[in-house]
Amino acid sequence: MNWLLVIVGAMAGAPLRYLADRAVQTRHDALFPWGTFTVNIAGSLILGLLAGAVTYHAAPTGVQLLLGTGLCGALTTYSTFSYETLRLAETGARFFAAANVIASVVAGLGAAFTGTAIAEALWAH
Amino acid sequence: MTAPDNRVHEPIDPDIDLRMRARRHELTRGQAPVVAVVAAGGALGAVARYGAGLIWPTAPGTFPWTTLGINALGCAIIGVFMVVITDGWSVHRLVRPFVGTGVLGGFTTFSTYAVDISHLIDAGRARTALGYLALTLVVALGAVWAAAATTRRLIARRRS
Repeated sequence: MNWLLVIVGAMAGAPLRYLADRAVQTRHDALFPWGTFTVNIAGSLILGLLAGAVTYHAAPTGVQLLLGTGLCGALTTYSTFSYETLRLAETGARFFAAANVIASVVAGLGAAFTGTAIAEALWAH
Repeated sequence: MTAPDNRVHEPIDPDIDLRMRARRHELTRGQAPVVAVVAAGGALGAVARYGAGLIWPTAPGTFPWTTLGINALGCAIIGVFMVVITDGWSVHRLVRPFVGTGVLGGFTTFSTYAVDISHLIDAGRARTALGYLALTLVVALGAVWAAAATTRRLIARRRS
């Protein structure tokens, strides 16, 4: 059952990342990989919210596996983030490569904290 | 203006049959097959990540070695994979979305990385959090770079 929850969550999360990336990338032709950036930040926000919900006993383990391990885990990616950073660095866009790393980490961490704070506001007694 | 000479782009390798079939797929079908293989690959990758977490669990408040290992491995594999399919040999058009976007995207995770750092900071383990933040970046970016560079060198050596 636990495995099934992870599978179902991931089967939604991975295509969602693919479609979101396509939708974002077709709207502009900037060098910056906004698509991956967007899904990584969105996933960090949702996982932060979910982790907060678990802390305040507002989400059972099943939801954690479905939305956390499955959905958010598959929605976000470290491999594409790293590869896109490498491509930027290799094609001479060193500034964008560095900006991608710094912006992703700062915004991702900010999103994780924001999610936890929202959960606290909603479910902490 | 003259029409582009398509013959130039025609495959010269013996697997012309497969490539023609792939091209037909491209013309007749839209995004559905791509979305399907991304979903299947994503499920495979996520299951592998979940399994790794069960085999090597990390207690809350401690250094998340398992997630670091997963992300480093995924970055190394994508470095090899992308060079192989761009410089090495051509593959079916669904291989890249299945392996790159699906399996590796589902296996590696940015959200767990970010949330684990926030939890370590909340638990007063700021030094562990900073160490994990920096080490993951160094190892992951180092892995994708080293893997891509090594694969390129191996392909070049095989050709010369």
